[in-house]
This record gives sequence, structure tokens and C-alpha cells, in this order.
Amino acid sequence: MKSLTLPSLIVLCLSGCTSAPEGATVHDPYEVDNRRIHTFNKLLTGSLGREDGESRGPRIPSDIAVRVIDFADNVALPGVVFNNVLQGDIGAAGTNTLRFAINTVFGVLGIWDPSDIIGLEEVEADFGQTLFVWGISEGAYLELPFVGPSTERDFAGDVVDALIDPLGWFLPEDQLILASVGTIAGRVAKIDQVGDAIGDVLNESADSYVQARLIYLQNRHFELGIEATDVADPYDDLYGDQ
Amino acid sequence: MILTRRTMILATASAGFLPQTVFALTVEASQSIVSALVAEVNTVIASGASEAAMISEFEVLFDRYSDVPTIARYCLGADARSASAAQMQAYTVAFRTYIASKYGRRFREFVGGEIVVQGARSIKSWIEVETTVKLRGRSPLRMDFHVSDRSGSHKFFNFIIEGVNMLLTERAEIGALLDRQGRNLDALTAEIGAT
Repeated sequence: MKSLTLPSLIVLCLSGCTSAPEGATVHDPYEVDNRRIHTFNKLLTGSLGREDGESRGPRIPSDIAVRVIDFADNVALPGVVFNNVLQGDIGAAGTNTLRFAINTVFGVLGIWDPSDIIGLEEVEADFGQTLFVWGISEGAYLELPFVGPSTERDFAGDVVDALIDPLGWFLPEDQLILASVGTIAGRVAKIDQVGDAIGDVLNESADSYVQARLIYLQNRHFELGIEATDVADPYDDLYGDQ
Repeated sequence: MILTRRTMILATASAGFLPQTVFALTVEASQSIVSALVAEVNTVIASGASEAAMISEFEVLFDRYSDVPTIARYCLGADARSASAAQMQAYTVAFRTYIASKYGRRFREFVGGEIVVQGARSIKSWIEVETTVKLRGRSPLRMDFHVSDRSGSHKFFNFIIEGVNMLLTERAEIGALLDRQGRNLDALTAEIGAT
């Protein structure tokens, strides 16, 4: 089943990813539906951010949050290595494999991150990025329920990453469940860490949908190493009055 | 020849060397103003002051180190052309408060961390100064400052945090605010000045 799903998904994305019209900076043909989902997501995250004008800051104590995030990151590493290999980045695959081994053994299953101390930093990768490396276009902007901003390419990547987690190849069922709980807890802790920033964007922007879209796409392109086409030169184009 | 070697050197120095160091945009001067800014920001985030106190400190720093009128004008976009001088002045004052308090809040989240200048390089018509925000228990963030001397001295006019460009993001936001106010600049000024 899995072996069937992966190629068919890629083909789906290859043929299904809508391409942006010439000159458009944001390709968002599903804006009406996306905005509806955005409203729903805003309801879910309504408690994030400020209260009575004061920042609340992270609600999970940072000592605990760091351990939870480290564990979740370690559990995700086999999937990252898998993508390093698919992208042909063998050096990164080696670094991440070593990281996984060190943190699992000496960091108590990755609850601590001794690799970071010795300067062995994670080289991030996901299947959305792999699709980018393979030359597949970004497709349309999407806002997904619960997940938030994405693109057609990144959504396909998320699905593949969830379906083929190499951790499942060598872990028994009960340990996989523990890993999944850790992953979800890690995601919650990460959102909690930047809760004020997310809350401010969602609750205080004049058009939070546009802000979230702009911030997501710029940051994702930065992660993928895509040079920004519009860098903003306020002196050149007469203070930007176009 | 009347020109001695010494006068030659002096003439060359004053013609070539002086204008470059005093008037022209340089990588060194750009990096040093960002280093000075970063040192002050680090002092503020290490001070343990209240959020309100930190934000007002950031407002002072924003004013001293950045070209606020240019940032304000760019974010307003084409509407700046039809605005009167008085309207622009009032808007710029309001914008200064708005931008300092908005990004002051973000900078305050760097509490417990530290910003480190990595280096600088010339791109397009300005200088990009790269910094790293080192945070406790989180992956470091990359933050670039874009510096120009077009205001008359070296000042930053943009910063980019993990690829997110402040000018582009704020231009979209100011545009949306302006739409919400029926494209009335005075109403926009009143709204952002109250934040």
C-alpha cells in the first residue's frame, strides 16, 4: 500500500500543482476557501498571545519545553535522514545519523541534546523540501485546518513524511505510539514558545490572512534557500511609490 | 615639477580617501552602527526591565539607528504621493510609535538570549549586516540589517528575520489598515498612533 501511495502522490503533485501566473508574487487561487479555514484556525489559536495588553510569554516552563522539543526533534531525525538521502545530501545524512545515535544513547532517547554541545547541528530536511530539490513547483498557497499556512508542494510533503516515517521500520507499535505522543507534545511546546508572536500576527493584524501568508512564504523560501526576488529598496524606486 | 611626492600623496588622500570614509557608504561603518545597535539591544534585553520600559527603550534605539521617515514612506506606498507635507509628518510620527512598539515586543522575546554580529557585505546599493540571535533552548535565528547612508548618515532601513522582510510585511499591513480606513490617511494615522 505504502509503495503504491508514494509514487502516485508525487505524480499527483507533479500534474496537480497549479503553476503561478507570470509576474504574480503570490499564487493563491483558493483564497476564498483558504480564508474560511483561516477563520477556523484563528478560533483554535484564539488564546495565544497577549491578554489585557500584556504579553503572557510561554506557558510551558522553558526547562520542560526544551526537553520535550529535543525529544520530538530526535524522534523526527530518521525521517530527516531519509530526506537528506533522497536529496542526495549524503554529508547531511551522515551528520544527522550521528546526531541521532549520540542523542539516543547519551541523551536518554533524545530528551537531552548532547550533539548540540559538541557542535553537531541538525541539517533540516522534509519531503516538501525534497520535492523542491527535485524541481517540482510550489503550487498554490494553502491554509490547512489545524496546520496553518502551507503550499500544495508542502502539503504533499507533509503527507509523505507522515506516511513513511523510517522510525516505523524498526520500532514496535507501543514505542511508536510513545514517539507520536512526543511529536505532538513537541509541536505544542514549539507553538507555545512563539505563542506571543503568532497571537500578535493573528489577533492584531488588519488582515491576518495576508500577514500569515506573507510571513509563511518568505520564511519557507528562506528555509529552502530560494533567493528573495523582492528585497525592497525604498531609496531606489522613489520611496517605493509605484 | 612643482608637485612633490608628499603633496601628491596628500592630494590623492584627500580626493580619494576622505570622501570615502566621511561621506560614502562603507561596509565597516555599516557593521559598526549595527554593532552599536546590537550592543544597546543586548543591554536592554539583559536589563530585566518591564515590557513597557523595554518597548520605550527600543523606541529610542529605533529612532537613533534607523531611517524612520523612509521606512514610513515606503510602507505607505503610492498613497504617500497624494499626501500633504503635514499629513506625512503626522503619519511618520504615528508610524514611529507603531513600529517601535510592534517590533519592540518581538525583540523582548529575545530576553535571555543575545544578538551577535557575524559580518557585512555590499549588496545592490546598500550594505547587509548579518547577525545571529542566540536564544536559550531554541535554534539560533538569522537576522539581517540593511544599512544605507541615503538619509545623510549610516542608518538601517530594513531587517529580515529568518527570511521575513520587515518592509514588505509592514507595507502589506499598512495597506490593509488603509483599506480598513477607507484609504483615509488621517484615520490611519490616528489608529496606528494610538497603539
